[in-house]
Amino acid sequence: MKFIAEIDVMPQKEILDPQGKAVMLGLKNLGIRNVADVRIGRHITLEMEVDNQAAAEEEAAFACQKLLANLIMEDYTFTVRPA
Amino acid sequence: MKFGIVVFPGSNCDDDMVYTLGQLMGQPTVKLWHKDTHLQGCDWVVLPGGFSYGDYLRSGAIARFSPIMEAVVAHAQAGGPVLGICNGFQILTEAGLLPGALLRNLNRKYVCRNVYLKPVSGRAALTAPLDHQRAYQIPIAHGDGRYYAPPKTLAQLNHNDQILFKYCDAQGQITPEANPNGSAENIAGVCNAAKNVFGMMPHPERAASPLLGNADGRPLLDALLRLQPALVG
Repeated sequence: MKFIAEIDVMPQKEILDPQGKAVMLGLKNLGIRNVADVRIGRHITLEMEVDNQAAAEEEAAFACQKLLANLIMEDYTFTVRPA
Repeated sequence: MKFGIVVFPGSNCDDDMVYTLGQLMGQPTVKLWHKDTHLQGCDWVVLPGGFSYGDYLRSGAIARFSPIMEAVVAHAQAGGPVLGICNGFQILTEAGLLPGALLRNLNRKYVCRNVYLKPVSGRAALTAPLDHQRAYQIPIAHGDGRYYAPPKTLAQLNHNDQILFKYCDAQGQITPEANPNGSAENIAGVCNAAKNVFGMMPHPERAASPLLGNADGRPLLDALLRLQPALVG
């Protein structure tokens, strides 16, 4: 069965995100003044061919822990759905 | 001492390292292609600077899974010495051979200039022979060089004497102004607890010849020769 994992990887809360700070400056220059904080991470999708939902979730978690996120500085969340 | 310099797709300081260790320092050197699976009897393994795998995902994250890294990890775990410069340092942290991580520079700039380093560790082979009272002028060239480790890890690094270098000014003062990238505690390089795996962002191999106008990097690299592989640990 085909599944799609939608993964978000974000810098941990206590880590300063200079990219987010730069974008926040841009937003203020655009005239959007009520934004208190901007944080930037990445969104990753995996198309997987596995037996069932549980296997897809296990595979996605393994990918996040071993490669897609660096757990020293990032956190990840994901959802898995049939394609 | 035989040196193996690992070449990943995107490495670009491998030739500088081969030239410095081989031509200038007269050591046998071989290049190890990242798809190789053995280290050809090298005493030292060096992961050079560059942009392995285009820095995609995170600097060093994908290189960590190159076939040769299994041999590099085994070498390190057996007490064999490993040095990572710049991207090599990033790869070693991604591989879990060194603590912490390298984040985007705080000022969001790619910083390419000479900085000053103060040797810190009195016990690590790379810094023990250096003059701990002076500042060494060594170039940096990186966008992701902000050393980060959780407070508990930083405490361990200090406690175990694992901090190799800190960014300082020309007088050797460790100040916030002398920190080029926002690194925690001005840290420019660290080693593992066993003190056989070394990583640093600055490039001593680019400052190892008087012909280049700066030979401050030479004593750092000469220190590598003092580490007898059998004595590591």
